[in-house]
Amino acid sequence: MTWFLYLATGVLLGVSAAASPEKTKKALKKALNTFVNILPPLTATLLLVSISVALLPEKVIASLIGEESGFFGQILASLIGSLTLLPGFVAFPMAKVLLEHGAGVAQMAVFVSTLMMVGVATAPLEASFFGWKVTLLRNGMAYFWSFGIGYAVWLAVRIWI
Amino acid sequence: MKVLLKKWRIAIAALLITGVLGAVFPEAGREALKLLGVNISTIIGILVPVFILLGLFDVWVPRERIAPHLGEASGIRGIVLAVLLGASSAGPLYVAFPVAEVMLRKGTSLRNIFIFLGSWSSMRLPMVLFEIQSVGPVFALSRFAASLAGILLMGVLLERLLGLEVRQEILERFEK
Repeated sequence: MTWFLYLATGVLLGVSAAASPEKTKKALKKALNTFVNILPPLTATLLLVSISVALLPEKVIASLIGEESGFFGQILASLIGSLTLLPGFVAFPMAKVLLEHGAGVAQMAVFVSTLMMVGVATAPLEASFFGWKVTLLRNGMAYFWSFGIGYAVWLAVRIWI
Repeated sequence: MKVLLKKWRIAIAALLITGVLGAVFPEAGREALKLLGVNISTIIGILVPVFILLGLFDVWVPRERIAPHLGEASGIRGIVLAVLLGASSAGPLYVAFPVAEVMLRKGTSLRNIFIFLGSWSSMRLPMVLFEIQSVGPVFALSRFAASLAGILLMGVLLERLLGLEVRQEILERFEK
């Protein structure tokens, strides 16, 4: 899978460079910038997740956000997801490690969805563009829909894995 | 130097916490180190191409020029375009707000704005590739599908609930 990613990137990069070296340079600069920006939070999260997983027995993780934690675990996951600001590049590896150590699929899907679509911390910024009515409605709907996504992913994983 | 330190302070704090905990519980410390090694190597390996893809998308997909094709009468084609535009973008959601604002001013309908924002937040393609790598295709693709359904639904609902008044309000806010 990774080789395919590299191949696709290489081909696109080649096409882009042939079409416009200038734009390609700009794209690469952007890529480097994103990478540099993401490095500190990524490092921090990886460190913290690694040590927490090593310290917390799988039983504890499972009881908080495991398959058996049910709706309580989903609520907990949704609150963490809504309140924190983590880029996906940090969240997915984290979800992977947690899934391997007892976290539930539905709970992780709820966490990832709320993380991406609901932003409590960014709400004031969003409201400065669209007003509070829009902001509250959008975030509220996204919050509730995240539980639907959790159920859908749980169902899909149950059927196919 | 100061800026660098500020940027890295969370990482440094995390390193200290991990170091202390690892020293107190050496067994967990060793385990954490092993986990860390595996995670770093896989993640960096995937991130490099993903970030290059993100950069390319960002440079080649002209958002503002497409905005007029996303107006009230754009129908299904407009919806598809809005989804694609959001999915081919780069950056966190708060970067999307100003972009959406420009699109709104250039004639994009409120429904398509919400679809664009939704797709930007949870369906970005390079991110989904990364997600497949991390948590597997079933998790990633079912989340993708469920998100798409929700985003379309929310776009239509929000437009119904808010209507033209709010659109006017938002536009006026920016003319100040």
